[in-house]
Amino acid sequence: MIQDLVVYAVFIAYAIGVLMTFGLVLTWVERKQGAVMSDRIGANRAYLRIPFTDVKLVWWGLFHGLADGIKMILKEDFKPRTHDWYAYAVAPWVAFTPVLLVFAVIPFGGTLVPAKLIPPLADWFGDRTYPMQIARLDAGLLIVFAFGGMTIIGAMLAGWSSSNKFSLLGALRAGSQMISYELVMGLTVLGLILIYGTVDLGDIVKQQSGVILGFLPAWGVFLQPFAATLFLAAAIAENKRIPFDLPEAESELIAGYFTEYSAMKMGLFMFAEFIEIAIIGALFTTLFLGGYNLPYMTDTGFVFPGNHVVDLPYALVFVIQLFTFLVKVFLMCSFQILVRWSLPRFRYDQVLRFAWKFMFPLALANITVTAVAVWLLRSVNA
Amino acid sequence: MSANPHKRKAYWNEATLSWWERAYLFEILRGLGITGGVFTRNMWRWMTGRKGALTTYYPEETRPDYGRHNRGKHVLTQRPDGRPQCIACNMCATVCPAKVIEIDAAFDPDDPAHPKYPSRFEIDYSRCVFCGLCVEACPEDAIRMVKEVPDFPGADRHGMWLGKEELLGWRPQSDVAKPYPAKPSGDRTRGPA
Repeated sequence: MIQDLVVYAVFIAYAIGVLMTFGLVLTWVERKQGAVMSDRIGANRAYLRIPFTDVKLVWWGLFHGLADGIKMILKEDFKPRTHDWYAYAVAPWVAFTPVLLVFAVIPFGGTLVPAKLIPPLADWFGDRTYPMQIARLDAGLLIVFAFGGMTIIGAMLAGWSSSNKFSLLGALRAGSQMISYELVMGLTVLGLILIYGTVDLGDIVKQQSGVILGFLPAWGVFLQPFAATLFLAAAIAENKRIPFDLPEAESELIAGYFTEYSAMKMGLFMFAEFIEIAIIGALFTTLFLGGYNLPYMTDTGFVFPGNHVVDLPYALVFVIQLFTFLVKVFLMCSFQILVRWSLPRFRYDQVLRFAWKFMFPLALANITVTAVAVWLLRSVNA
Repeated sequence: MSANPHKRKAYWNEATLSWWERAYLFEILRGLGITGGVFTRNMWRWMTGRKGALTTYYPEETRPDYGRHNRGKHVLTQRPDGRPQCIACNMCATVCPAKVIEIDAAFDPDDPAHPKYPSRFEIDYSRCVFCGLCVEACPEDAIRMVKEVPDFPGADRHGMWLGKEELLGWRPQSDVAKPYPAKPSGDRTRGPA
């Protein structure tokens, strides 16, 4: 019992640590990648001076994230004269918490066997094994959508309670946009559920370590390339980032639903957005990119096409899986930032038309084709 | 009121999209390919020790290609013996739109040709607008602007006052724009020539 507690405490600490690090580092990546993409150098003036010396550590501007954090903590916490002070104060947390909670069901590594990993504790742990996932729920994907849908409440609360017309307009835009794209997101994932026959994320990852057609890794992106594209577009829209950042379009709405927020409250909204980039990356990795596994990799080693089996020691597999997951998530984050710096913002009517008249029918068609294909394959095999 | 108020106006430059462009995805992928290509190219340059940006890392780096008449930081020209050419006439301070030049005049009995000289000449670079009017106004060609230093960056506004000593950076030997009369020696009772 105590052993379980220890292991899950470590998992939770790891997850929170990874998410916070991603949130901080992504602010830097966003600036720096945007700069390199447009032939600039990027933020590079924040430095740490080693005390009593003139040595200034610049480290490619990595400390700008720290400087931002300190600025946000020290800024005046502006309080607008609002009719609903409680909702105003609670809104950033309502927007921030569900984003963190989504990560609870995402598997970030293979199976943890503490006895094999830490021999001195082998007696204490016995033959316990833990899948590397904070909450191992067979309704994993449903939980993701349940919590993902809650972030909209934060945006709506912030907009309503700010007593500001810009905020209200931003909140209304956020509401309609997020509901539309959540629907598309759910529909695109339905195809995957049909193929895998489960919504348990750990199981989905395990099924992706096989091969299809004899050589391709059975990743979701190869099984459902269409759904992968739609899912990514809908997820970026769900996160309200450029090109779908209508709820906070600076040129029209100042900052949309968080116009009236300042200091760390505003920081929470921004931080939630950056962490959600990482969450979307993690979700996409899990659903479409084989999760924590390299191509052809399982929990015991590699099984290459043609049945070449390469067994690896447990500790090596463990490290490779942890590391692979982080790298994949980081690459997906980088891709989202590439999109953010490449595409111009849609108009409001275009955003909704894009969702309902373009992506929604395509997602429906995708499900139909997938359902027919799955049914045909099953009846052929049966 | 027109007959059909809901009819949309047709513009002469109405965007027409082919079905390929209307499908968004392919054009978006092409765009991402372009920006991603620029990113990879620049990143490769940074990683191989070259510079992957067009930006000049000012003020640590300056550009080699400033225009011939770029108006940069001021210098006071010198006479051959190193004293300032300035005669403290206050023309530059008068014409300065930002009122950043402060001059204290003093009397030099040793130089009857130029008895008036600045004992203090200061420019406040936190307010200077680099318009170049002081250079235009100067009757003695005593103040110029160097093109290589476009301005005077600093982290602290109190360090942005430059005095006479800092401004006397000119090397008259390397410049032939104006002949510099030698300081008269010997008979000091003679009046100005």
